[in-house]
Amino acid sequence: MTNTSNSLSSVLKVILVREYLCASRHRQAFINPLVFFAIIIALFPLGVSPEPGFLSLAAVGVVWVGALLSSMLSLDNLFMKDYEDGSLEQMVLSAQPLYLILLVKSFVHWTLTGLPLILISPLLALMLHLDFQHLPVLLLTLIMGTPVINLIGGIGAALTVSLRSSGVLVSLLVLPLTIPVLIFGSGAVQASIDGSVINGHLAILAMLLMLSLTLAPFATSAALKLSVSN
Amino acid sequence: MLRISKLSCERDDRFLFDKLDHSFPVGSITQLEGPNGAGKTTLLRILAGLFTSFEGRVLWQDRPLNEARIEFNSQLLFIGHKSSIKSGLTPLENLRFLVGIQQHITKTELYAALEKVGLYGYEEVLCRNLSAGQQRRVALARLYLTQAKTWILDEIFTAIDKQGVAQLEGFLSEQAKKGVTIILTTHHHLNIAQLQVLSIGRQESSDSLMVSQL
Repeated sequence: MTNTSNSLSSVLKVILVREYLCASRHRQAFINPLVFFAIIIALFPLGVSPEPGFLSLAAVGVVWVGALLSSMLSLDNLFMKDYEDGSLEQMVLSAQPLYLILLVKSFVHWTLTGLPLILISPLLALMLHLDFQHLPVLLLTLIMGTPVINLIGGIGAALTVSLRSSGVLVSLLVLPLTIPVLIFGSGAVQASIDGSVINGHLAILAMLLMLSLTLAPFATSAALKLSVSN
Repeated sequence: MLRISKLSCERDDRFLFDKLDHSFPVGSITQLEGPNGAGKTTLLRILAGLFTSFEGRVLWQDRPLNEARIEFNSQLLFIGHKSSIKSGLTPLENLRFLVGIQQHITKTELYAALEKVGLYGYEEVLCRNLSAGQQRRVALARLYLTQAKTWILDEIFTAIDKQGVAQLEGFLSEQAKKGVTIILTTHHHLNIAQLQVLSIGRQESSDSLMVSQL
């Protein structure tokens, strides 16, 4: 039998194009988490204390917690629609490795949720009186940390996609696993503020990123196969 | 050739089928028949490799399905109960994805297939604005594009009008002659000469229904 299947790169391109198309028709789903992030940070000084000295101390933690929580909000979008209309079955039945398909999906999802969040975070951090010179470190940790949150979140989303109401469950499953990202992400910026070395924190973040890039899609594809077989 | 041997499947403490043996030879059209809840969709999903909680074996070209996964998938067309059509995309965009993850496809071929299923002029309309039958037809356009040799089709005639059904019957029988193995479920009475029927589901299920009605 001749091999009729499409080459891997063009399959991945088809999926990439389609993911962006779907997202462009459901913009609301990606704007909400971003607005949520901005609102958390805008309201924090009103709720606690607007004093610059206090805010600059709390800024890193607030930005990071905000980023983590708003990432949780968008996790439902990752597989839910594809599960409901059956597209997920088609992806599972593809002759191409589900691992790579999921990496593409995660990448698209990150560019639509993580990236905008990173782009507005300097502005919000300045609002919280974070010293200008620490912004690059904050950005760097967010660039390394948000993909980890997305990838780990993907596992939770895949596990719960076949459940009717999975909202809180995903967060309960995923949040504990993302705590290291929060600790080392905010830790790096804190270390930079204290004037100590940040290499250790960054190295651990990079390790988390590499681990989740290589391992999370495996777990996600196993979880998806389980969810689809219900 | 797809073959099942001693297939047993239990769902919710009920045996859907017990030690079922059957083979689906190349070029055959098999209709699964049985009352609602008999397990037709489950059997199709087992054959497609989507449902794995069963006992017994599914063999494809005399190899267990889970060992021949990639080869099997690359020649499989599965249209499920959920038709995989995204309401936010146009028929053209939907098809480009559904066919594109399997094989290379050109724009002309996509347009031609949509015309064959009667969606000429609807290529760029969002699927949410199409009728149920038209959305089904988008999924059915995959039949005209695929190079797959095993077709597993779950309730594809739902919401399709009489002419559409007749056209499909002709097309399916023509493709089977070319060596495509077709396994499908439907509650329509199909007008296909070489149709084989596989009945599943226990006979007593209809009896118990009658008892409960009394």
